[in-house]
Amino acid sequence: MSQIPPLVEVENLQVAFRNGPQVVKGVSFSVNRGECLALIGESGSGKSVTSRTLVGLTGHGSRLAADRLRFGGEDLLGASERRWRSIRGGRVGFVMQDALGSLDPLRTVGDEVAETLKLHTDLTKAQRTARVIELLASVGVPEPEVRARQLPSQLSGGLRQRALIASAIACAPQLLIADEPTTALDAAVQAQVLRLLENLRTPDNAMLVVSHDFAVVSRLADRIAVMRHGEIVEQGTAEQILHDPRHPYTQGLLAAAASLHSTALRRPTTAPPRMAIGRTGLTSHVIEAKGLSKAFKGPDARKRTAVSDVSFDLRFGETLGLVGESGSGKTTATRLVLGLETPDAGVVRLRGRAWGELSEANRRIERKRIQVVFQDPLGSFDPRYTVERVLGEALDVAGYRPGARRRARAVELLEMVRLDESFLTRRPIELSGGQRQRVAIARALAPQPEVLVCDEPVSALDVSVQVQILDLLGELKERLGLACIFISHDLGVVRRVSDRIAVMKGGQIVESGPTAEVFGAPRHEYTRELLAAIPQLKTRAEALHA
Amino acid sequence: MKFVKLIFWRLLAGIGVLWGAATITFLALNLTSGDPAIAILGGPDALPTPEVIAQVRKDYGLDQPLAVQYVQYLARLASGDLGESYRLKIPVVEAIAPLVAPTMSLAFCAALTAVIMSIVIALLTAKRAAWLRSLVSGTELVLTSAPSFVLGIGLLLVFAFHLHLFPVAGSQGWRSMVLPVMTLAIPATAMLTQVLRQELEDVLDQPFITMARARGLSETGVRLKHALRHALTSLITLSGFMFAFLLGGAVITENLFARQGLGRLMVEATTNSDVPIVLGVTLLAALIYVLINLVVDVLNAIVDPRIAVHS
Repeated sequence: MSQIPPLVEVENLQVAFRNGPQVVKGVSFSVNRGECLALIGESGSGKSVTSRTLVGLTGHGSRLAADRLRFGGEDLLGASERRWRSIRGGRVGFVMQDALGSLDPLRTVGDEVAETLKLHTDLTKAQRTARVIELLASVGVPEPEVRARQLPSQLSGGLRQRALIASAIACAPQLLIADEPTTALDAAVQAQVLRLLENLRTPDNAMLVVSHDFAVVSRLADRIAVMRHGEIVEQGTAEQILHDPRHPYTQGLLAAAASLHSTALRRPTTAPPRMAIGRTGLTSHVIEAKGLSKAFKGPDARKRTAVSDVSFDLRFGETLGLVGESGSGKTTATRLVLGLETPDAGVVRLRGRAWGELSEANRRIERKRIQVVFQDPLGSFDPRYTVERVLGEALDVAGYRPGARRRARAVELLEMVRLDESFLTRRPIELSGGQRQRVAIARALAPQPEVLVCDEPVSALDVSVQVQILDLLGELKERLGLACIFISHDLGVVRRVSDRIAVMKGGQIVESGPTAEVFGAPRHEYTRELLAAIPQLKTRAEALHA
Repeated sequence: MKFVKLIFWRLLAGIGVLWGAATITFLALNLTSGDPAIAILGGPDALPTPEVIAQVRKDYGLDQPLAVQYVQYLARLASGDLGESYRLKIPVVEAIAPLVAPTMSLAFCAALTAVIMSIVIALLTAKRAAWLRSLVSGTELVLTSAPSFVLGIGLLLVFAFHLHLFPVAGSQGWRSMVLPVMTLAIPATAMLTQVLRQELEDVLDQPFITMARARGLSETGVRLKHALRHALTSLITLSGFMFAFLLGGAVITENLFARQGLGRLMVEATTNSDVPIVLGVTLLAALIYVLINLVVDVLNAIVDPRIAVHS
């Protein structure tokens, strides 16, 4: 039997951007029919660009060279735009992450899926409509007839991602490229979409998955190629890469991923208990929230309950992990705690005093005791400010006047977050994601808070950087005796930092308790579901056995 | 059905705007323009006697308290009576009515030309070679800032005096429309194109555009089916504003090309202190603004279904 050539053959691929650095430097790989190859790497590794060369969409001003770039035996080097158009959507399906809206917000979901059919088939309009509904049903969209007529903004993130996949597989492509297909999704939804992608595999088609997340990749891939700085540092079977990585970079990435997904608990906080004098005498709670409820008016003027009867407390120096999927009320609960929203019912006490008892002037003083670190620090910095000005502004509030003393304190703050004086003159845009988050932490520490609220502080970061930031936060909390409310949808991350956990669903706390208890013996059905949805570092074979 | 509610509320707000405009013009009439009775009698140069002035005051109700005059004025407006021109001695409505169509058609043709030209130019030049973009946007900048009389005289010199393609002046036939329309449309096109191209370039960077390309859609398809619709919302809003601006521009253009129209009537009325005509045209302008904004809102709701769904 003659050997069938691989579906995709790439040899010594080079991609550079005009006036820019080379982003892909001599990458070679192949994908066989019936196979799934994963390109894994951190941001800037060139993995997305590499995958896009297979649909000819490397973008404006990119230059491409390769010894070989073949798809289905056809040479793609120097293919005409017309050839590319017949390949895109027809023979190669492409799916991106939903984060910023991969579906046209002005067109119905059905129109978007139908677009592929319109371009590559001779189906009539009525046939296309029927096929769109079949496709949406096949990717697990409930009520496909209704959904097809809705706008992307009326669908949840998970449904949008499914619709996007439907538009990519509409013409049964031989190759499906999925670029971070689950990155913007909650854990449970992520698990569902991964299952869907698994089910889409057949012996005839191939899949190329691009991801930063070993847990996503391990579930799908037969083979894994690890990319770094535009090169493949190591490739092999999923089993070999996951269990016997040869390259130190792969080993490091896996160690970081494993430590986030590990079941090991952090050691409990050892800081001595502190007390404050509250209105009703001594209190060991820096924050007490009792029976909080809050509803908002929706776009259709109906009231929607965001948070209902939520109670929790936070002792000095303790970390409370707030877990839940998007829309579970975590953010509203936090805004109530910060005194940014007034609850419809219930009370929040800071050091024994309720927000409601304070005048706005006094609230402003009290607010300094609680500082926030957000997911996307870039959005919370003025892009024209230097780091010195960012910190200076925060120190201004803390009572430091401009001068040598303020500058010294700024340097001190930078050193706390393991940066140095040289960062003072840099601007947020020039910093990496991890450095930016460190500056955001330094800014939060400027007024010497007692409570740090961390709202998804590592969700936008690469895994190895996540570990570094979490370690830094742990160390700072210990050293400064900070209490912390840690909000995340990622249970691995929450488990790593929290003393106690509260699980939120539909605006309520469904379960709370010490971390070991909640993770070891979850009582509520929902907690068990969440735990089951954590992606595991297991190959396909291992997952099937388990 | 969803538009009915939108139109109802916008119309209600529009009535508020008209009432405001009527009040301001009333105040302007009574506080700034001297004694209306003298203006009615042909201005101070006519040297009217005090007896005649008193008689006119009585006839026009000017001896009543201001509040009473205001209510009477609003009541007259509500019944469509805008008063009588001081100079022409005919009702303002009759003076204005025959001129509405020429001016509106001039402004409308200019707005339509500007919208179509800007869509074409922006679609052709967005995200294209750098030299082409800087050439086109440089030209646009010059044309946006060119005063309309300079542009109008330039067009007259070339197309009327030298090439004899179009008449120099007048209101007869479509050929007489071309140069006035272009005089108004060219700066408007330049401005609309700059905004539209920026919008298109922003949209063309969005992920859903990449996804559309990944489905095999051609560059033209991407621009026409996805990008243009997004850019249209700001174009529509801006064109509404532009139409109002063009009506204002018509004043100068009509005089330059000696065309019949509201612009010329307005200029004459202003020079002769014919206050009722000025007020009538002002109120008409306010009415047109209200209607344009209504059309803009409805068009935007059609182009962007999210507006209708979420509001």
